[in-house]
Amino acid sequence: MSEVAHAADRRDAAWWIDRVVQILVLAGGLSAIVFIAGIFVFITREGAGFVFDRFDFREFFGSPRWTPTSSHNPTYGALALIAGTASVTGLAMVVSVPFSLGAAIYIGEFATGRVRETLKVLVELLAAIPSVVWGFIGLSIMNPLIIQTFDVPVGLNVLNAGVILGLMAAPIMTTIAEDALKAVPDTYREAAEAMGATRWQVTFKVVLPAARNGLVAATLLGVGRGFGETMAVLMASGHSINLPTSPFDSVRALTATIAAELGETAAGSDHYQALFTLGIFLFLVTFAINFAADVFVRGGQRKRRRRGRRPAASANP
Amino acid sequence: MVSVPVQAGETAAYAIEVEDLAIGYHGKPALSGVTLQVPTNEIFGIIGPANSGKTSFLRAINRMDLMTAGMEVSGSVLVEGRDVRSWRNPYALRQRIGVVFPLPVGLPLSIYDNVALSSRLRGTRKKAELDVIVERCLRRAALWDEVKDRLDSLGSLLSGGQQQRLTIARALSQDPSILLLDEFSIAVDPVTTMRIEEVLSDLKSEMTIVLVTNLVQQAHRLASRTAFFLTGELVEVTETEAMFHGGAQDPRTTAYVEGKFG
Repeated sequence: MSEVAHAADRRDAAWWIDRVVQILVLAGGLSAIVFIAGIFVFITREGAGFVFDRFDFREFFGSPRWTPTSSHNPTYGALALIAGTASVTGLAMVVSVPFSLGAAIYIGEFATGRVRETLKVLVELLAAIPSVVWGFIGLSIMNPLIIQTFDVPVGLNVLNAGVILGLMAAPIMTTIAEDALKAVPDTYREAAEAMGATRWQVTFKVVLPAARNGLVAATLLGVGRGFGETMAVLMASGHSINLPTSPFDSVRALTATIAAELGETAAGSDHYQALFTLGIFLFLVTFAINFAADVFVRGGQRKRRRRGRRPAASANP
Repeated sequence: MVSVPVQAGETAAYAIEVEDLAIGYHGKPALSGVTLQVPTNEIFGIIGPANSGKTSFLRAINRMDLMTAGMEVSGSVLVEGRDVRSWRNPYALRQRIGVVFPLPVGLPLSIYDNVALSSRLRGTRKKAELDVIVERCLRRAALWDEVKDRLDSLGSLLSGGQQQRLTIARALSQDPSILLLDEFSIAVDPVTTMRIEEVLSDLKSEMTIVLVTNLVQQAHRLASRTAFFLTGELVEVTETEAMFHGGAQDPRTTAYVEGKFG
């Protein structure tokens, strides 16, 4: 054999290590899928009996009566719970989107030097506060504050939970949104600045459009976070079944219902299975939200790539 | 064309032999019907306007199609007498081929580590050996005098022209038998360009150089033979001197080298 032919085919240590690592990371990737699928199969199996035997579509989505513990006529209407979760999450987004986008724009585009670094660390610290602490703040600070300020009998309501949840989701959203801004190349900013654009014009006309997909993804992830949050909502929302008509009504969230009731049901009972059905519904909704966030980010990438699909551009990715 | 794998101790007449090469991206052709030979230890020029397939040609040689989604290659590319797609270890192929891209890529490592990387990947650990390699490659790339006192600073912080010379030093540190240069002088000032051109003239005794360039005069100065690519086709391969002095086979080539279009 010639010397060149040897080099061409010799599978040296580096080649084998490469192979092994490829298999390991593939296993890592597959395991993530297996776990997600496993969780889905588990909650589906636990809830299946209810879904097939007892489930009444109109009752579940149309009735606000959730009385699973009634001995003579248990009802499983989840409308009030869905409305509770939706109203709290909606208000939370109204609170957190402007705060987090503003904070991200300030940190990413306007702040410099030590102010910027300090703020970033602080925001990341905020993101690390446990949700039960937020619930505690809702219970012991927001509650009397709302009663005093708005002169209402109960301070544990949509407003309280929405504000708490909004403040809770804001740091995460800020961090992700700031990452999206940071991913915009500096050359864009310099090109715009060189035309005499002000800082805000550069941000609004160039940076935000370029980062749009990342910002939408940040918002959707915030929605997903709000939707799935349990403890803070349980503590701040009042936990009473209600179709809310004003921000001062107490509500009950889907997640809080599962957390509060699951421990008191007999495994396999209708009530137990109904709670798992709520779980399936939550899973599907959060899955849809995350999927939408993903499609948004990818959609943007594909559009950008197609625009750059001239031969020279695709030859130099 | 019959090609016999190179025997030990023997130098092949052609470092690269390409036959009926066609390249496409996602089904759209970028280059087709290219047949040419690059003689060993020669600077081979490739000129042509943008989108003529020059870069795609280089990418087929060191098997960049492996990591480019949608890039399709057909025909044959022989490096040292053997089809590159039959190399079962493509990494070994790439170690033998140095590549310099149009925009300089100083890896986010120190200057020293940039140049020592290739040797380290191949298992060289001794500091003394690495020192020799780093100094020799930086000297050859005409960068040593400017950076010898700050080899520990980040390579990605150098100026554009310096980074391009660092990239060339890194390519040389592979000790390649083939060096592919893709419009290396785009981000380099004219004085540095001239210095690198001198280096390339010296290097051709040790390696085969394929020089893709936008500057027809650069091909004129360096290449012994030059290929003219136009809109995805090879128009001709001609002795450079002839090509630039009225001896081109195709009138489009003459028009291009005289600056009448492109």
